[in-house]
Amino acid sequence: MAVLARPGRIRPSRIVLHAFLLSMVAVWIFPLFWAVYNSLRPVSDTIQNGYLSWPTGGLSLINYQTVWTQAELPYYYLNTLVIAVPAVTLTLLLASLVAFACTQFSWRFNLTTLMIFTAGNLLPPQVIIVPLYRIYLSTPLPMLGELDVGKFGFPFFTDNTLLYDQYIGIMLIHIVFQTGFATFVLSNYMKTISKEITESAIVDGAHVLRIWWRIVLPLCRPALAAMATLLFTFIYNDFFWALLLMKTGDKRPITSALNNLQGEFFVNNNLIAAGAMLVAIPPILVYIFLQKQFIAGLTLGSSKG
Amino acid sequence: MATSITPAREDSPEAGELVATTKGRYNVLTRYDRRVLMLMVGIPLLLDIVFIWWPTLSSILLSFTNYNGVGEVGWNNFIGLKNYQFMFSGYTLFWPAFLHNVIWLAWLAFIATPLGILFAVLLDRDIRGVGFYQSVFFLPVVLSLVIVGFIWELQFSPTEGFINNVLQRTSSTNIIDWLGNPRINLYAILIAATWRHVGYIMVIYLAGLKSVDPTLREAAKVDGANEIQIFFRVVFPVMAPINIVVVVITSIEALRAFDIAFIINQGKNGLELLSILITNNSISEASLVGFGSAIAVILLLISLVPIVIFLSRVMRTR
Repeated sequence: MAVLARPGRIRPSRIVLHAFLLSMVAVWIFPLFWAVYNSLRPVSDTIQNGYLSWPTGGLSLINYQTVWTQAELPYYYLNTLVIAVPAVTLTLLLASLVAFACTQFSWRFNLTTLMIFTAGNLLPPQVIIVPLYRIYLSTPLPMLGELDVGKFGFPFFTDNTLLYDQYIGIMLIHIVFQTGFATFVLSNYMKTISKEITESAIVDGAHVLRIWWRIVLPLCRPALAAMATLLFTFIYNDFFWALLLMKTGDKRPITSALNNLQGEFFVNNNLIAAGAMLVAIPPILVYIFLQKQFIAGLTLGSSKG
Repeated sequence: MATSITPAREDSPEAGELVATTKGRYNVLTRYDRRVLMLMVGIPLLLDIVFIWWPTLSSILLSFTNYNGVGEVGWNNFIGLKNYQFMFSGYTLFWPAFLHNVIWLAWLAFIATPLGILFAVLLDRDIRGVGFYQSVFFLPVVLSLVIVGFIWELQFSPTEGFINNVLQRTSSTNIIDWLGNPRINLYAILIAATWRHVGYIMVIYLAGLKSVDPTLREAAKVDGANEIQIFFRVVFPVMAPINIVVVVITSIEALRAFDIAFIINQGKNGLELLSILITNNSISEASLVGFGSAIAVILLLISLVPIVIFLSRVMRTR
C-alpha cells in the first residue's frame, strides 16, 4: 500500500495517523477475513490441524456447496425476494404520496401527519408486538390459491386465512414501519423542490396524481434510488419480524432462516461461516455497487430535517 | 386576496385546509384533487395507525390486565397495577434486563459512538486513502445483525473460535467461555455490536462535517487554535443538529437491541434485554400477554425520551 509513500513530505503526525487508521482497519477487516477463511477450509482440515493453522489440504468451496444444497438456500432467497420486492415498491409508493401531499400543499395537519409517521418508525418494534401478534392471529383474509415452486408454495394472499405466518403479513409490517422512515426522508427531499412548479401545474389544469407521477417523482429520482437501496437492505437484513410473525420455518426469509439452519445443518464453524457468507452476499453486492446510494439514504434520513 | 388557494404559502395566515372550502374566490384544486390528496395521506396514515399506534395503545391498556391470550379480554381481566408491582419486585429478570439495556446504552454512548465520531473527524481531511479507510469501517453497516452475530461467534466460540485459540485457552481447565459466562458475554456481544455501530455513526457524522463552513476552521487556525481545540470549540458546537441525531440514533439502537443476543442464546443467562423479555413473555408458550405488555410499556416510556427529542428538533427546523 502506498499510503505512506510521499517522499519529502512525511510529517510525523501523519505517520501516527495512518498507523492508527491502518491498525483499526486490521481490527475491522479481521473478523470478516476469518469468517471467509473458515468458510473455505474443509472440516477435515480443521479437525486435524485446529482452526488456528495454515491450510494443508488447500482451500475449497465444499462448505458452500454443502450449505447451498443441503439447507436449500435458494428457496430462502426466494422467500426474501417475494417479501422484499413488493414491500420496497409499495413503501416508496405510499411514502412518496404522503410526502408529496404534505410538502407541496399546506394544510392544517401536515406536520402532525409527518410526526405520526416519524415517531412510529422510531418506536422499538417490541413495544407493539404483543397486540400486533394478536391482530395477526385474528384478522381473517380470503384464500386465493398459490403458486408452487418445487416443494415450496407461494400463496397469492394467504393459505391459512390469517395474516399470521404469511408472506403478506411480513410484507405488510415492513411497509408500515418503513413508510414512516421513507416518508420522513422523502419529505425532507421534496421540501427542496419549489412549490411553484406544483402551483403552476395546477393552474395549467393538471391533476394532483399527474403532478405527483410526472413532475415530482422524476425530480426525486436520486432520493428514490437511495431509499430503494436502503429499504431493500433493511428488509433483507430483518430478523425480528419473520421470527415473530412466521411459524413455518420454510417460509422464512433467508436472514431469519439462518438462525434455524444453525442447529439443523450448520454443525461446525466452517459451515456456519459458509452459510453466513452466502447470506451476506446480497448486502455485500449492495456495498460494492450501491454504496453511494446506501450512504445517501442514511445521511438523507439523519443530516437534514 | 385568495386566501385558500391550496398550493402552500406558509406565510399566508390561512394556509391549511385541504378539505373543500368555499372561502376562496378561486379554488384551483378541484374537488376530485382534494379527494385524491386526502386518500394519498389517508390510506398510509390509516395503515400506520392500525398497525403501529393502535397496538401501542393496546399495549398500554393490556398492561393493566391479566389477559393470557385466550378468548376475549374484558373488564374482569382488569388487575390495576399488579403487573407493574410484580415486574419491579417479584420478577427476577426485569432489573438485570434493565441494567443490560443501560450498559448497552452506556457502551454505545461512551465507546462506540465516540469512536465513530473520531473516525469521521480523522477522515474528514485531505489524506491519502480516505476512501479506502471509509469503505472498510463502513462495511459492517450493510450486514444484518444476524450475520454480525455469526461472524463474531467465530471469534468468540470457546474451542473453535479465534480468540481462545490465539490465547491458547481452549482446554477444559482454562477455557474462557466468552458467550456463555454471564459476567462477560454481554461485553462480547457489545464488541460485535460496536463493529457495526461505529461505521454507521462515522458515515452520518462525516456527512455533517462536510457541511461545516470551512472558513470557520480557517479563522480558528489563524487565531492559533490547534486541531483538538478547533474540533471542540468550533466544529462540535456548529454540529449541534447532527449531534442530536447521533444521540437519538445511539439511544434508539440501545433500546432496540435484540438480534445478536437472541442469536447467541435467545437472550438468557446474562444476555437478558427488555426487548427479549417482552417477546418471551407474550409470544412463546407462557403467553403472559398482560405482563409482557407491562414490560413493553416500560420500553415505550424510555423510548419516548429520544423520540420526543428528535421530534421537537424536527418541529423547530420546520
